[in-house]
Amino acid sequence: MPYTPELRELIKRVEKTRPARVEKKRAGVEFTPMSLQEREAILKYHPDFKEDGRTEILVGPNKGYRIAKEMVSLLHAKSRLDPDAVDLGQVDFETDVLVIGAGGAGSSAALLARENGARVLMATKLRIGDANTMMAEGGIQAATKTGKDSPYYHYLDAMGGGHFKNDPELVETLVVEAPKVMAWLEKLGAMFSKYEDGRLKAMHGGGTSRKRMHYAGDITGAEMMRTLRDEVKNHPDDIKILEFSPAVELILNEQGACAGAVLYNLETEEYFVVKAKATILATGGSGRLHIQDFMTTNHYGATGDGLILGYRAGVPLRFLHTVQYHPTGAVFPEQAEGLLITEKFRGAGANVLNIDGEQFVYEREPRDVESAAFIRECLERGKGVPTPTGKFGVWLDSPMIDVLKGEGTVRKEFPGKWILFHRYGIDITKEPMLVYPTLHYQNGGLEIDRRTGTVVPGLFAAGEVSGGIHGENRLMGNSLLDVVVFGRIAGCAAAEYAQSAPRDGALTLDHVRAYHKALEAGRIPAEGQVAPMLLPDYSNPEVRKKQLTTKYHGTLR
Amino acid sequence: MSKTASKPKKAAAKDKAAEEHLVPIFVMGKRYEVPDSLTIQKALEYAGYQLVRGCGCRGGICGACGTVFRYPASYRIEVGLACQTVVQPDMYIAQVPFFPGNKAVYDIESLPAVGGTIAALYPEVFKCVGCGTCTRSCPMDIDVLGYISKAIQGDIAAVAEGSFDCVMCGLCASRCPAEEVQYNIAVLARRLYARHIVPKAKHLERAVKAVEDKAFDKALRELKAKSLDELKKIYKGLETEPDMADDSWAPQDKSYLGE
Repeated sequence: MPYTPELRELIKRVEKTRPARVEKKRAGVEFTPMSLQEREAILKYHPDFKEDGRTEILVGPNKGYRIAKEMVSLLHAKSRLDPDAVDLGQVDFETDVLVIGAGGAGSSAALLARENGARVLMATKLRIGDANTMMAEGGIQAATKTGKDSPYYHYLDAMGGGHFKNDPELVETLVVEAPKVMAWLEKLGAMFSKYEDGRLKAMHGGGTSRKRMHYAGDITGAEMMRTLRDEVKNHPDDIKILEFSPAVELILNEQGACAGAVLYNLETEEYFVVKAKATILATGGSGRLHIQDFMTTNHYGATGDGLILGYRAGVPLRFLHTVQYHPTGAVFPEQAEGLLITEKFRGAGANVLNIDGEQFVYEREPRDVESAAFIRECLERGKGVPTPTGKFGVWLDSPMIDVLKGEGTVRKEFPGKWILFHRYGIDITKEPMLVYPTLHYQNGGLEIDRRTGTVVPGLFAAGEVSGGIHGENRLMGNSLLDVVVFGRIAGCAAAEYAQSAPRDGALTLDHVRAYHKALEAGRIPAEGQVAPMLLPDYSNPEVRKKQLTTKYHGTLR
Repeated sequence: MSKTASKPKKAAAKDKAAEEHLVPIFVMGKRYEVPDSLTIQKALEYAGYQLVRGCGCRGGICGACGTVFRYPASYRIEVGLACQTVVQPDMYIAQVPFFPGNKAVYDIESLPAVGGTIAALYPEVFKCVGCGTCTRSCPMDIDVLGYISKAIQGDIAAVAEGSFDCVMCGLCASRCPAEEVQYNIAVLARRLYARHIVPKAKHLERAVKAVEDKAFDKALRELKAKSLDELKKIYKGLETEPDMADDSWAPQDKSYLGE
């Protein structure tokens, strides 16, 4: 799967313009960034602005809100459970804090809840660490470089990236907690890239005014996740882990507080009742819904489960009308389609180029603007590079990084990508990569306050499942930060809540019954779908047709 | 690499186009015909499996899809990640979605960062026979034997650096005749190294102290109170650190650096 002769021919145009572009970069001359007005104008090419991609939510606290069809159809689906079939009198697990999800936010939450005296049960759909955190590559933002940066600038950058729509309280918490989070991770032994004297290396990301993107090679999220997972497993007495056991419904009590969840053992297909004094939703994002048929960088389990659970329990949604498309997903070779090519390549100086090898956009615009510019270049201006599978892409000129920063930089800073492409017969130190926007991040989610609390007492939410921190568009490096900042806060807040003698009472699934009633009253056709989805369906439809005795509930048996 | 992208209906359309290139594979001994362009992971799905275990990021970084296989006309057992390995005609395939590897429990904070710590927590490290099967098994091309040798010597830094790309898929451990759990030894070494051997970031200590002293609370309170237009104006006027600048760079405006 190396480049075809046709693509090799086109790469020559990139090589031809490279020396002049390198000279410009060295002289500090950049392609002119867009003004705020120009940014606004180009966003009409962004998939979020495709009106027929959205539809109205017809039920629940956000009735009338228009968001992606794929999300709405899950919000309009029934529960996997018949509430009457569950015996809530038979409690299978009892705990102080139930953490649902075991990625960066869930693991941070579990650790801090434990530290604050709570017994923790962690329930996760796949394995601990199987999460988008693991796949985040580029870095984690934090204003740690005193003398040139501070939370003040981090705040402004995050707000600007989010179109100034972000929740100011949440952003303030994010940026002020950021240095503490870096110190915590350093203390846990996460191996960040450092200079010999211990200074953290830092780079720019799209929309940053200061270099504050800290990283661990090009596998920052994986390094953070490996460390957090190891630490969680070092507390087997206080943190119990249930893998392959997703939550399918929250349980409330007669006082209206959250009192646990119903879990589903994906292997034995049993349901379990968990009673908890406090519950944290840390279920992550929803890239596997393939909004507008986009390819995705997301984990297999990213099906937006927590949104459904929280919404049915009455938690409002925010900022779900925007979805983040990462500008640089691989479009070649076919096996790599959708794969994330970290923004760090552009942070390190790689230009973005059209079929003529010409620059058409500054490479470090915020992600939504950058993505929109790629789409316009390919679809409207017809300057995209055609792939053998009939798609289009633009060049990401990785070889210029070695020219700028010295031979060997790409191999050293991007070891993961180098080996991956090397396997395909592509040497990214010599040949550029072909990229196109790919579905990457759920900008919005459940409404939380700065202590991660929701409108439901005893229910907390942290990480990608929550909304407000990033406004309408997240900047690179603020999600790895977000999951740890708000995961830690959720752990503390939930442990505190659990100890504050929360109002006990009989367990109930009445909110699910009420939701079903509202669906019926609105004559909302569920199309046989159930939610949460739990896993996407990639199995062969031809085979399914022949599974004559198998009944599917949504995508699963 | 898995075709992470396509929706089922699209995949079906594409797969139809590829049907002329069907090849036989044997999943746990049972024969299926699948398009030859697919990875093992996609081939299993094409065959009709719905994956629960043995599938994760579908991008070669999470280590969920370790797989054992053998090519025809060879006695050799090969291993790889299902999402990264393209099928070949007549290959025999079995997934290893879980491996019961030994993991030591420890308090990283109080562990001495000396070579003996690895040996104390994982005494089996000395059982290594130096066969190199681990290195040949590694889908990330890590010199596993190399870092295990360093672990035996007690060189924590070398283990940490040498194992950095590890995805903890467990394939090395699954093939090890000495029953080592290399990936857990590696994560221990990385944590010891980063926590106790690498110098701490001094600037980070200063930054933490500044936020703990609430050095920015007033500035942030004022920002939060700004009108949208004022905020946009400040944002537009921000000085951007040049791409090629290093840590010695300082902005013109130092009013909000908390100094």
